Amino acid sequence: MNVLEAVGNSVIQALAYVGALTMQFLSELRASPRVLPLTGRRGRWKTAIRQMAAIGVDGLPIIAIMSVCAGFILAMQMGSELRRFGALQYVMDVVSVGFTREVGPLLTALIICGRSGSAFSAEIGTMVVTSEIDAMKTMAMDPIELVFTPKYVAAMITLPCLTIMSSTFGILAGGVFMYITTKIRFAMYLRYIFNSIDLRDVWTGLLKSLIFATIIVNVGCMEGLRVRGGADAVGRSATSGVVRSTYLVILADAFFTAIFYLVHKG
Amino acid sequence: MAEVMISVDGLTVEYEGKRVLNDVSLDISRGEVMVLLGGSGSGKTTMLRHIVGLEKPTSGTVRVRGADINRCSAEELMAIRRTMGVAFQECALFNSMSVEENVELPLHELTNLADPVIEIMTYMKLAAVGLGDSGKLMPQELSGGMKKRAAVARATALDPEILVFDEPSAGLDPIVAAGLDELILFLKKAFQMTILVVSHELASAFRIADRLAMLDHGSLIAVDSKDAFRASTQPRIRQFLDRVPDPIAESTAVQAHIRELAGLAGART
Repeated sequence: MNVLEAVGNSVIQALAYVGALTMQFLSELRASPRVLPLTGRRGRWKTAIRQMAAIGVDGLPIIAIMSVCAGFILAMQMGSELRRFGALQYVMDVVSVGFTREVGPLLTALIICGRSGSAFSAEIGTMVVTSEIDAMKTMAMDPIELVFTPKYVAAMITLPCLTIMSSTFGILAGGVFMYITTKIRFAMYLRYIFNSIDLRDVWTGLLKSLIFATIIVNVGCMEGLRVRGGADAVGRSATSGVVRSTYLVILADAFFTAIFYLVHKG
Repeated sequence: MAEVMISVDGLTVEYEGKRVLNDVSLDISRGEVMVLLGGSGSGKTTMLRHIVGLEKPTSGTVRVRGADINRCSAEELMAIRRTMGVAFQECALFNSMSVEENVELPLHELTNLADPVIEIMTYMKLAAVGLGDSGKLMPQELSGGMKKRAAVARATALDPEILVFDEPSAGLDPIVAAGLDELILFLKKAFQMTILVVSHELASAFRIADRLAMLDHGSLIAVDSKDAFRASTQPRIRQFLDRVPDPIAESTAVQAHIRELAGLAGART
């Protein structure tokens, strides 16, 4: 196989993968009303709530710890530079804008990739290996509606919430740094933060979190669905789910940050 | 003449150029128990997966109650599947649900029955397979035989017209396997179900079958009554019934490969 063939094959495989992800995503969108509380079938919403607890409630402690650390690190790094120019107060702008626009959504997405994305792949991969997915199909039930969509709905609700929590914890950690270095009062710190945050930054951050949720759930579920073989294949699918969703989350982040930048600039 | 419930016509399946099923045709009538026999790798499970519409064939048709399951719409396929119950070899119970939740699932998802009615129906289905007191257990807590019976209870939850079993007795002790045979006969008698059983357990096959079919290397070599099958002089059927092993070690290919591994001159001549 020459280089051109190899490149062509890779491009075709990548396009086929993205195409399959898109088809799966559209199927989930179509099935979403059947999972929601008023429009859905009985019991389906409970499955989504269980997923919300697994993604959101169980994921909150690690997101809180990581966000506090990241907020503190960001404030210290910026502080050491800005102090030289007598502009230590701008640490608050950097932390608030940085977290609402970028660090909050990205950090949350990466943690959820590792925690829940791999869990989705492993769960669905195991269901494939044990014929549970086939059993659903033969019982005239759609696995996308029954298994994938509750995860998707749950992630679409919990990821923005976790992003808000992540940004809040990061900004509070920045406040602790400012209190230690400048003895600024907490009320004043919060007033400064509220003044520096633009509502547009919050919306773009939340929009990103929705895009990341879509990527994490769809890649995780698809990697699980592609499992062929036994236990080792399930393990590989979990790894592949994390790696591919992390990769796609960062690509999507770069793409949408560029778009938001161009829109704001325009 | 009894209505044909499942009709397989010229079913041919190839995976990556390798032919797994070769022009297989078979009709199964209403109320009949058909046992599909064959050695390991003969294509039994592949045929079953095509009959329940899990895979698409290379060529040929599979009709269930007259509808071609590979050319009908998604809605029609769902409607056909609601008339079928499938008990998989691995049981395929949902491990995150208790036994009774497994049985309740199709009733919740595919009917509008009230919860108390579903509870009663679930208990009846579990009681029919001898698991009336085991509804609260998780699949991991069940023995092999109990899992098989739970899978049957789930497969019969919607009172299907057609029931399909993949290797129901595989891995079970003779007493539990005999119990499953009686259960299959009970289901046929009580509910007039059309039953397709994929198996290689001869004792079980002759106990439950109305007719037997035999696959060998992807081709259907016989479809006949139990008595005709027992009296068959077809060499492959006789070998299967008389439990005569294949002379693998003496085959030319194996001998040549051994000579090649041993580094002997003239290998693969």
